[in-house]
Amino acid sequence: MDIRALLVQPTETERSAVDGVLGSADSGWTGGEFSGLDGHVAYGGQAARAQRHMLLPALHAVQDATGTVSKGALGYISERLTVPPAEAYGVATFYSLFHTGSGGKSVVHVCDDIVCARQGADMVLEQAERSSSEVELSPCLGQCDRAPAVMYQVAGQGYAPDAPVSPRGLGEIRFDDLSGPVIHQDRSELRLLRRIADVDPTSLDAYRKAGGYSGLRKATELGAEGTIAELEASRLRGRGGAAFPIGTKWRGLREAVGSKKYVIANGDESEPGTFKDRVLMEGDPFSVVEAMTIYGYATGADHGYIYVRGEYPTAERRLRGAIEQAYEAGLLGADVAAAGFGFDLEVRRGAGAYICGEETALFASIEGYRGEPRQKPPFPTQSGLFGKPTGINNIETLIAALEVLDIGAQTFAAIGTEQSTGSKLFCVSGDVARPGVFEVPLGTTLGDLLDLAGASEIGAVLMGGAAGSFVSEDLREMPLSFEGVREANTTLGSGAVVVFDRSTDFGPVLHRIARFFRDESCGQCVPCRIGTVRQEEALHRIRVGQTLGSMQDERKRLDDLATVMTDASICGLGQTAATAIQSAIRLGLAGVGQ
Amino acid sequence: MFGAGGGTSSYKEIEETDLIIMWGSNARDAHPIFFQHALKGIHNGARMFAVDPRRTGTAEWADVWLGIDVGSDIALANAVGREIIEQGMANREFIDAATIGFDEYAACVDSYTLERAEAITRVPADAIRQLAHEYGSAETAQLCWTLGITEHHNGTDNVLALINLALLAGHVGRYGSGLVPIRGQNNVQGGGDMGALPNKFPGFQDVEDHETRVRFESVWGGPVPNKAGKHISLMHEAMDEGELRALFVLGENPLQSEADGKAMKRRLENLDFMVVQDIFLTATAELADVVLPAAGWGECEGTFTSSERRVQRVRKAIEPPGDAEGDVELLSRLARAMGHEWPTPSAEEAWDELRRLSPMHGGMSYSRLAESGGLQWPCPDDGHPGSIYLHARLWERPVGGAPAPFHVVEWVAPVDTLTEEFPMRLTTGRRLDSYNMGVQSGRYSSPRRIHGVLDLSPEDGASLGVADGQQVKVTSRRGSIEAPVRIERSLRPGLAFMAVHFPDDTDVNILTVDAWDPKSGTAEFKATAVRVEALS
Repeated sequence: MDIRALLVQPTETERSAVDGVLGSADSGWTGGEFSGLDGHVAYGGQAARAQRHMLLPALHAVQDATGTVSKGALGYISERLTVPPAEAYGVATFYSLFHTGSGGKSVVHVCDDIVCARQGADMVLEQAERSSSEVELSPCLGQCDRAPAVMYQVAGQGYAPDAPVSPRGLGEIRFDDLSGPVIHQDRSELRLLRRIADVDPTSLDAYRKAGGYSGLRKATELGAEGTIAELEASRLRGRGGAAFPIGTKWRGLREAVGSKKYVIANGDESEPGTFKDRVLMEGDPFSVVEAMTIYGYATGADHGYIYVRGEYPTAERRLRGAIEQAYEAGLLGADVAAAGFGFDLEVRRGAGAYICGEETALFASIEGYRGEPRQKPPFPTQSGLFGKPTGINNIETLIAALEVLDIGAQTFAAIGTEQSTGSKLFCVSGDVARPGVFEVPLGTTLGDLLDLAGASEIGAVLMGGAAGSFVSEDLREMPLSFEGVREANTTLGSGAVVVFDRSTDFGPVLHRIARFFRDESCGQCVPCRIGTVRQEEALHRIRVGQTLGSMQDERKRLDDLATVMTDASICGLGQTAATAIQSAIRLGLAGVGQ
Repeated sequence: MFGAGGGTSSYKEIEETDLIIMWGSNARDAHPIFFQHALKGIHNGARMFAVDPRRTGTAEWADVWLGIDVGSDIALANAVGREIIEQGMANREFIDAATIGFDEYAACVDSYTLERAEAITRVPADAIRQLAHEYGSAETAQLCWTLGITEHHNGTDNVLALINLALLAGHVGRYGSGLVPIRGQNNVQGGGDMGALPNKFPGFQDVEDHETRVRFESVWGGPVPNKAGKHISLMHEAMDEGELRALFVLGENPLQSEADGKAMKRRLENLDFMVVQDIFLTATAELADVVLPAAGWGECEGTFTSSERRVQRVRKAIEPPGDAEGDVELLSRLARAMGHEWPTPSAEEAWDELRRLSPMHGGMSYSRLAESGGLQWPCPDDGHPGSIYLHARLWERPVGGAPAPFHVVEWVAPVDTLTEEFPMRLTTGRRLDSYNMGVQSGRYSSPRRIHGVLDLSPEDGASLGVADGQQVKVTSRRGSIEAPVRIERSLRPGLAFMAVHFPDDTDVNILTVDAWDPKSGTAEFKATAVRVEALS
């Protein structure tokens, strides 16, 4: 282990916070009191190291209780989990929601990302700086439908997002849940969203009365094989950005060799301008639990995780509540719904790292490591979480899979286009009259979607968030389907649709996007670590008019960086870190010529 | 063991085994390269038990650490053996077919109940039982040890007690299962292989065997003594008695590396004549009449042989500095000066002579060694691929060659007993940044270096009223030294530790006892009774 214990002792508060997650220490070697017996025997090894995945929960416990992860707390956690303190420190400092050092602080995170920035974030920031709290600028908090947003992080109390905040004065800090989202569409048009803001998200009974758990019943009637065949017949494709056929993915996991398999719901929604998974997790948590149970049943995985973005405390609370009620009702556990299979499900909280939405980085995060992506292959269905075959899907994809079972593959496949079946959620925000989540059949035109949200005087639309690309209003007739956007050389990505009106100065927008990637690069591979810095520097120079050489030189430099990052980065973050900026250049929005 | 002087296994096997036992070995610090292979095994899912009085860096990686009292290894091993037999986990087929002496062994260990072992070793019976059950039921297991086993007055018996366990469970002679005495240098194995032992020719052939001796005499062209020579402890006695008057020391620093340093100094000073051949002017060399400056690695040609019996070429990259010369050159010149017409052979010519005389090296030509990157003995002929592990013959039916014997060994307490006057047990060992007497490693600085300190448990530190860095006087029945204290959690009350690396600051061997094992000649460095007093 080479653990060099830190010589600072934890405080009682820190100790009990950690013990609350890990249980009490059972010997002097793991942070407890030394007894005579400890001089002659110690247990640890594989069993102790297998607890490594508790590192983030333990860090969260201390951060929540004290507002920081002090040296004493870090040392105690390290001893408990047999993780070298230097390595635990490396993990703690990787995630932006963990603070290190002495003296817990209250922090107000002010979102200054591309949507909030145009809704008065600068005035919010001024207000925050006048308060007694420490202020940190935050990337998108996933509250774009009610921008501007802040999130308070208060020692001993936890997290409290607030949106919309008045730019003229921050309100009091409230730790209860924000009101649900506004649904702008007629409820009869909705399938994936039909329970949102209608069915009590804290009650299993209410969920069941509204038709909940009919999907699981259907799945067990069809059998595991039949369930996967149904998904294949539906031609449902993943909604997380990669558009991979779901039936193929689930079958891959089902047929993977290994007695232990995992399934994961990726709720680490962090793409700027994206908030649909938050709306689903907050407003319909039981459907996530039910879909995960079916995922486990169909693929033979007996353990599932829902990885929830750290900035989504309401979603986390609601999911935990839903899981608890499902266990009580026998819908999770050793024999689910008396159907002869076992499935356990738990929630893991992220801690402020965009990269953890990347599937292999998310595995690392659950395992208790810095969220650094891994090389693929091996693909997750061969070697994923803890090196075991793993299936991972985005929240919306899981809800869509549930919908397939609810209405049947045929009906589902009849919605949308031939290659893009079903309906899809879009997060429309920015300069629109009605920001929010919209559910439309795939193939609906961009113009129709923009009209639903009330967009006018459009300067450009950012499709798919920071990792996506800008399009002009000329593409109003573009069908929002996987094939439709590919033809127009853009992407659906995460479903983010951020509208900028004609008054927009794109210099700061592009600079913010570049800063986002520089901040969120995990630093593991050189093209991304260096490339994102150089890209931001170039955009800064362009913005302030101090170019290095001519504007053409800067343009050339940005193009070169884009090529290197796209071709040579390990994961999607680096590979897409230049796409929005390159698309803006092509549209003539970047000020470097077209 | 069983007639071959080497570990049975390859590094690759410890990477793929199911169970690793590190017994009396802090390989994490003392054998870091070997431990990298062990770590690969652990990362591949192997479980590990560490048997060591201290909770060392190695023990921190263990699934179970058994913190025995110093010198109680045989009691522990015999209790493990008894439990394996009692639980019906002994490999009867293997025992019946491939071993002898089981009944006597079983009768001997019968008195070593878990309760008795707990009383002697102070390790809870549950932990002993767990070790027995896991070793008894593992598919494959590697039993590794080093000086924590051998540096005792009954070190050979300690080793035999471990070998008994391997025979009992059938953990030898199969891929993944073996007995591994880890070597402390890149070429300790090679030294033994080449016959640097008082009773062996190269290839572990007995000097007292007539036929063998005749073969060597015919190739060497002269008579060879027909009696085994003296091992180091017998040499000490012979020096004490005035029988041994001249000493030729090659690459050793006995003044500082041997137990009871005061006695050693007296012995060396009383010699009529001493020659030291070394690459450094060691403390021993300072006492010598003649010093022959030798070449280091990279300055001469030859071979090294690692712990896994792998012979590898080492090549000359630069000329030796100053007057220094390679060992072959020096020894040949010395022979000529003594009136023998020895030519100076090339390293390959010397090696080819060895291959003619040592059957286990027969197939290892320089060209094959270069091509393969190293071959593991035995490798008797040009077509032989070398041997990943030894004693596969024990699994042939009928067994090829002699069966492997069990040995009846009883636990005996360390010679240097604890009394009111000397109430603490001092044990010695190595640290990661330093090597043996520091002759080689002391010349380089290290950010991890802790100079000569006495490690004490926090409890003993508190009761003596001393903190880190405070001077104490450490007294044994043979002498006293002073050293600063370092408080170390890896120690329990009553147990103290000193590294051996800093004889010039704190010469721990002033304290150690030179009671030695009559079978191996190794002194009991690991168990000294001391008294510690704070100096104001």
